[in-house]
Amino acid sequence: MPDTQALVNDFISKLKKRKIEGSQATAKQTAELLRSVISQTRVPYTNQAAALIQSVKAVGERLIAANPVELAVGNVVRRVLHIIREEDLSLTTAAMAGLNLSAVSDDEDDADRDNQPVLSAAAIAAASRSTLRPPSLQTLLEDVPDSAAIPHTSSSGGDSEGKSKSADKSSRSRKLKHDVIEAVNELIQDISTCHEQIAEQAVEHIHQNEVILTLGSSRTVLEFLCAAKEKKRSFRVFVSEGAPRYQGHLLAKELVTRGLQTTLITDSAVFAMISRVNMVIVGAHAVMANGGVIAPVGVNMVALAAQKHAVPFVVLAGSHKLCPLYPHHPEVLLNELRSPSELLDFGEFSDCLDFGSGIGAPLLHVVNPTFDYVQPKLVSLFITDTGGHNPSYIGEMYRLFVVSARGEGMNFKSEIMRTNCIAEGNFFGKLEDRKSRFL
Amino acid sequence: MKQPPQKKDGPPVASSVAASERGVDRPVEKERKKDLPPPRMQFDDESRVDKAKRRSLLNQPEARNRVELFRHLPPHKNGSQLPYLESKFFELHEMHPSVYKVGLQYLTGDTSGGNARCIAMLQAFQEAIRDYSTPPEKTLNRDLTSKIGGFVSFLIECRPLSMSMGNAIRFLKSRIARLPLTLSESEAKAALCSDIDRFINEKIVLADKVILRHAATKIRDGDVLLTYGSSCVVEMILLYAHEIGKQFRVVVVDSRPMLEGQKQLRRLVAKGLSCTYTQLNAISYVMHEVTRVFLGASSIFSNGTVYSRVGTASVAMVAHAFHVPVLVCCEAYKFHERVQLDSICFNELGDPDAVSKVPGREDVNYLDNLTDKQKENLQLLNLKYDATPSDYISVIVTDYGMIPPTSVPVIVREYRKEYLLI
Repeated sequence: MPDTQALVNDFISKLKKRKIEGSQATAKQTAELLRSVISQTRVPYTNQAAALIQSVKAVGERLIAANPVELAVGNVVRRVLHIIREEDLSLTTAAMAGLNLSAVSDDEDDADRDNQPVLSAAAIAAASRSTLRPPSLQTLLEDVPDSAAIPHTSSSGGDSEGKSKSADKSSRSRKLKHDVIEAVNELIQDISTCHEQIAEQAVEHIHQNEVILTLGSSRTVLEFLCAAKEKKRSFRVFVSEGAPRYQGHLLAKELVTRGLQTTLITDSAVFAMISRVNMVIVGAHAVMANGGVIAPVGVNMVALAAQKHAVPFVVLAGSHKLCPLYPHHPEVLLNELRSPSELLDFGEFSDCLDFGSGIGAPLLHVVNPTFDYVQPKLVSLFITDTGGHNPSYIGEMYRLFVVSARGEGMNFKSEIMRTNCIAEGNFFGKLEDRKSRFL
Repeated sequence: MKQPPQKKDGPPVASSVAASERGVDRPVEKERKKDLPPPRMQFDDESRVDKAKRRSLLNQPEARNRVELFRHLPPHKNGSQLPYLESKFFELHEMHPSVYKVGLQYLTGDTSGGNARCIAMLQAFQEAIRDYSTPPEKTLNRDLTSKIGGFVSFLIECRPLSMSMGNAIRFLKSRIARLPLTLSESEAKAALCSDIDRFINEKIVLADKVILRHAATKIRDGDVLLTYGSSCVVEMILLYAHEIGKQFRVVVVDSRPMLEGQKQLRRLVAKGLSCTYTQLNAISYVMHEVTRVFLGASSIFSNGTVYSRVGTASVAMVAHAFHVPVLVCCEAYKFHERVQLDSICFNELGDPDAVSKVPGREDVNYLDNLTDKQKENLQLLNLKYDATPSDYISVIVTDYGMIPPTSVPVIVREYRKEYLLI
């Protein structure tokens, strides 16, 4: 445990200081960290899934609090939790199938439990069924965790069966951890190869003699364009420089190195040039549940211009960027302001920043946001590693990844907070959760 | 009724001399044809480009890597021509020194902005007219017109004319053409100089005052006003409204590569306005709290399109998307009867190297040290102007009042003849 604590603290401090660049790197490191947390967690013999979930949640909450704007962290945490639940589910269904038990009704089950508290098979079946059954309102209202049901049954079993049961369960626990870690490795693999999978689809979208516009620099976009170039499609690219970080210069350099005809333009010329452009392709920082996009600053301007000229606006996003949150005031709440020195030289403008005049506050205020929010209606297509999607479908897509059959997983805090909300009668914050759960 | 020659200045000297000699007495059938503005010089026409080069004073090296789409526009004239031109100062006898000075100021970018350039040019012409004396066996009208034509082509070489300058030159030529032949030379020169003074006074100075009055009525207490780049009219409006005691905030939006907003920002803060400064990409972020957008214009075309500094169209579009009213403030002498649909048919190219170099930021020098192979594939585009569609504009504030964009051709038709007749 001490090793993981040190690792976790180290990662949290890196997140707080914004040392990690890019959502892919963040997602990968988060997944690796959670993998080591899982492997270090000591699981009890019973209900190991809940223990794993608990420890991952604890770490996940801290990670998200360190950098709330980096949504990839939360996405990866949710996916890991989903993995744990799914593996647990598949193991219990396998166990059930192996014991050849048919489905029994609840009443009989209780009766069985009372009358024959001993059959290890029945106990396993009961345990499986409780993991398979969605949490009842009873358990929610009384704030009784799901896992409470299971120790009851297992404790009601006699000690004579304890050894055989524990043998089963310890092998099950080792298997669960093992499966979970394998699945997390797959997740890390997916995150690493998302660029290649997206780039494979490039040929379908770019044909000969196209003119493509992009803003700033995104590795996904670079690979996408280069993949099309590999397939001998000849096209031109207009790169908008993306002040004040000027990432567009980097992208332009990369593209000319690989032999693409590139024109570097200033951001102000985007509206002028967009009438001669066939397609706009940009990368995203995060994709929200309604299909809205958090993108580098300036992309909203490009999206509006593209809509005006009926130019398709394509967003490339790896699946680790899909987020279940709905944006409310995203330009303020999901934004970061960077240093004004990128816009104005402090030395030159020091006289304007004088605190000694008038009301004691400077007359000059400089604003330098990092991100922009693009509404879903402006986006024509999302291309992710699973294929192309409409903005209205992208929220559904997220559900396929993360939400289990029981409807958990939209917000990993929901199981705990839902009870509090119902108890307090505060439905507002969790309305979307409840809506999604009962869809 | 004599119809003054409706000529737009763009083409080189030869054709302007020819036109003035075709002159004043023109059969009526040709009037309507001449009302159409003549086509501008297209720089992808090889023969005409060569002709222009031979007559040119500047020694312009062939610009590398011109963007295909803009081959029809003249390449940017580098400020590096300055030493060469300075050395030729005493050799150019037909060039008046004040015109030469104004040309150099355009070349280096010291004088920029429609009104400033127009006033500088007209005052230089005034000097030239005062020093002018008619050579023997020539009439004042024709000779002076050809001299002015020569000055204009020199100024065009330094920097392409702005629309305001073009209209002013047309006015001047029409005044020269309408001089009665009975006047003596000194009287004619005095009349012309006073006409120029009246033009500057009525069309620019007083027009600005009227615009101030109108626009200030549209500013309420508690407003957040957004302005883009550096327009002298908008700056005057803001300072005037501040003087008469309105409480408002200003957001100054700036863009590369000219960063004109910084100068305006400094002047506004010095006068005590509370300002927010940001760059064009962040416009969606600030537009939430903006109540009005004030923009300046270089010209307004007859289809209502506003021709202004590059980036203005983006500002107007985002303002429109956020339902913020856009007010364009422009004197009526800048209106033009041309029409334009997009920013590509007619524009001005700036220095391409200004795009790749970011002054003051050493960490952003990705485009230094490119290999030749890389340079072959890379093109840099630096546009100076763009065309804002009329549907983004709520109202245009002119010295004739506050008009919708659809009324621009009416003003051009009704009032254009008026000032030519003063």
